[in-house]
Amino acid sequence: MDSGQRLPMAHRFPDSPSSDGDNDVFLPDGSPAPVSEFLQELPSYQSLLRRKTSYYGTIERRRSTRQLKGSLSVDPSTFEPASEVMMTKPLRECALSMQEKRKLRDMQKLCSQYITGWSQWKQSSWNSCRKFKEDMAEFFCHLTLWRGNIHNIEGKFGTGIGSYFSFLRFLVILNFVMFLLMFCFTTLPVAISKQGAFNSSNIIPSLADSECTYYSPGGYGLLYFYSNIIDLLSGTGFLELTYLFYGYYTIETVTFYVFNYSLPLAYVLVTISCLLLSIAWIVKRAVNGFKQSLVHDEDKFQSYCNKIFAGWDFCITDQYSASLKHSSLQYELKTDLAEERIRQRKQKRTRGETFRIYFFRFLLNIIVIGVLAGSFYAIYRATVYSLENSNTVSGSNADPINLLVEYLPSIVITIANIVTPLIFESIVRYEDYSPAFEIRFTLIRCVFVRLASIAVLLISLWTRITSCQNQTCNLCGYNYKMYPCWESRVGQEMYKLMIFDFLIIVALTLFVEFPRKLMVTYWSSKLVQWWGQQEFEIPQNVLEIVYGQTICWIGIFYSPLLPAIATVKYFIIFYIKKVSLIENCRPSTRPFRASSSNFFFQVILLIGLVLACIPVGFGIAYIPASKACGLFVNFTTSWEIIPTVVKTFPNGLQKFIYVIASESFAVPFFLLSCLVMFYFIALAGAHKKVVEQLQEQLAMESRDKLFLIRRLTEVHHIKV
Amino acid sequence: MGNSSSHLSKQLINEYQELTYLTKQEIILAYKRFSEVAQKDNRSNIESLRIPKERFLNLPELKANPFNDRICTVFSTSEQEDGSMSFEDFLDMLSAFSESATLEVKSHYAFRIFDFDGDGALNESDLEHLVNKLTGDKDDTKLSNSEMRQLIANILEESDIDKDGTINHSEFQHVISRSPDFISSFKIML
Repeated sequence: MDSGQRLPMAHRFPDSPSSDGDNDVFLPDGSPAPVSEFLQELPSYQSLLRRKTSYYGTIERRRSTRQLKGSLSVDPSTFEPASEVMMTKPLRECALSMQEKRKLRDMQKLCSQYITGWSQWKQSSWNSCRKFKEDMAEFFCHLTLWRGNIHNIEGKFGTGIGSYFSFLRFLVILNFVMFLLMFCFTTLPVAISKQGAFNSSNIIPSLADSECTYYSPGGYGLLYFYSNIIDLLSGTGFLELTYLFYGYYTIETVTFYVFNYSLPLAYVLVTISCLLLSIAWIVKRAVNGFKQSLVHDEDKFQSYCNKIFAGWDFCITDQYSASLKHSSLQYELKTDLAEERIRQRKQKRTRGETFRIYFFRFLLNIIVIGVLAGSFYAIYRATVYSLENSNTVSGSNADPINLLVEYLPSIVITIANIVTPLIFESIVRYEDYSPAFEIRFTLIRCVFVRLASIAVLLISLWTRITSCQNQTCNLCGYNYKMYPCWESRVGQEMYKLMIFDFLIIVALTLFVEFPRKLMVTYWSSKLVQWWGQQEFEIPQNVLEIVYGQTICWIGIFYSPLLPAIATVKYFIIFYIKKVSLIENCRPSTRPFRASSSNFFFQVILLIGLVLACIPVGFGIAYIPASKACGLFVNFTTSWEIIPTVVKTFPNGLQKFIYVIASESFAVPFFLLSCLVMFYFIALAGAHKKVVEQLQEQLAMESRDKLFLIRRLTEVHHIKV
Repeated sequence: MGNSSSHLSKQLINEYQELTYLTKQEIILAYKRFSEVAQKDNRSNIESLRIPKERFLNLPELKANPFNDRICTVFSTSEQEDGSMSFEDFLDMLSAFSESATLEVKSHYAFRIFDFDGDGALNESDLEHLVNKLTGDKDDTKLSNSEMRQLIANILEESDIDKDGTINHSEFQHVISRSPDFISSFKIML
């Protein structure tokens, strides 16, 4: 036995950080102790050798076969499981070199000659099924939009920013699918029947009260050209009575040969199904990220192992980006280590200091709430002012001031969305949280501002629509004097928000980012260089597009073609952002993790979607449908068409639907789901306990093994 | 230099598709890139051709990578242990780094790449070597000694289950399976 050979891995104990006497197996001078032959008979060493033999290539292969020859007894029973596993796994999952995989495949073919015809057929059909699935996947991969673009971006800026662009691509596809749904089921039948291709019956308002049904949008006749532009921007005038808005849809049923297609029913059902489709798709995409963060707690995102082992982005191909990545990794590691030292120091904080910190935080939170309240009040006042003072009479539409008044809510919301993050970022520095928590907390506050400002806008709209100043609203159920067709009005507000959002993004890119880059490149004053080249701020950009998508979802009932506008808008934004990224931005020095970013995007989007469902549901089910326009003039609310249709179903089906919708079904169902949830929570807790116990046991076994090895070696030396 | 040498046979492509995670397009693209790097030698038989390590490391996907040396060592099946890569080694490498490779395959190769001394476990010197590669491997970018000790202590505390001072293969796989970023960062696309 040559003493120059390497020791089996399990028995080498270099200086461990928590070194105690147990680990000093070696002689003090550091030379490896002579290895006893019996140590090579340990089953763990044998399995390691076997793995080494096939996996580690030629060098270790030659060395380990020499060692194998030296061992005395080999337990044959431990051979079986490993080779069996290798036989049934698909070849590509074996981490071997190509030649070894070929040998394995030949061995598999040999073995398969001895299995029966049935299992042979099963295996071959399974193989061809798998191959077919792969061919399909490859085909669909080619249809993926912007694959080369995103690949380039990942190469230069890393996977974090690449995931932002994948998210944008997902939104384009989602909006396109929603547009197809809405178009095929609502706009297309109306368009076809207006051309007279099929028999269709118009809506006949049954209400004798003609006051509620008076509705005349303007926009006809000779107008100035720029008033058309203003109409295009604000959705009034000639645009109001088009397929874009709810008010234009007046066909009640379309008769396709034998089949009666009820348009109001289709309208409500398609809206609901678009929202459900969005929920299902987003949840499916979020599921992977959710599983990961459910398994470990918050702190594990800062896990050192994650940073070290998954730290280097192998996608990076650019030398400059690579050096930036090196410095960002170094910066991140240094700050994390420093943060840990601070945390250890904090635990030794005195009572007085803790009290002071909490008092300070309380004060700062009050300031934050004050800022939020102030901005919400500003939005409310702006919306009320705009609704009161914007004249929708066609003549005065030519006034650009009127356009400004109409856009006032959008302007105030945008200002609030730009200013409040800056305020929050500066406040949070005084609150003395850990840096990672700081980032997350600021982000939560910004999300809140964005989504709550839409909520404030909608609430102010709602109060204007359902409140009449002097007289009661009993006549028509809503403020018919100001808003004869309130659904179109809401659709117009959403349309304006969307257009303005798009214009702001384009304007910011053209007039802020490009000049900044030019200034930094050509003007070397100290102030400008300190301002510096910008980085691509992922959270703020994500919030921007989620805000736009929430508006699209809210407006989908009131303006069926809004998803089409959203598709085009996000399509253009992709190219704008890409050009701006490549020309103006440098790779970020602060890393933004790809995984947490994917999950973060989906969660924010989901929050926006849930928020959007509330006003849509409210508008369908509570606010009386307008009597002057649209599909639901003969119903009290838009939702009422569903019970009306259910009443025409056969008796048995009716009863079944009533039972499902009643409380006697809902309450037991709710209790049952609570029980199931508690069961799973208890199961997860039990599993966690078992894992901890097993870890302790493993550490204990390892110490036992060390102890026994040491004693055996001592005994062996004494003998020798 | 006949025309037949510039294309892979269909049978060979099918075989590679079966044995790796690469699609047909990716295999053909890999073949093109490999031929470009090997342009001086004769292309009569691509399977037996080996590109020396220095020329292979000029590939743009590997040039900026701090682990390019280890990648060549791990995937090379050369008898002379010189890190030269054949076309099949190249395909193996692309397969392990492709998007559809499983976590086990990726973690297996990642373990071998990070194991700088090749002894089958990640001990302290391996981890120190790894951290230095990540931060830039130059004297001014290295972490200080005390920071390095603290970092390695933290890593071992998180991943070393049996507390023997090294990370073996199963411990590494366990810690990788709980790492959310590994799959997306351990990826090379041509």
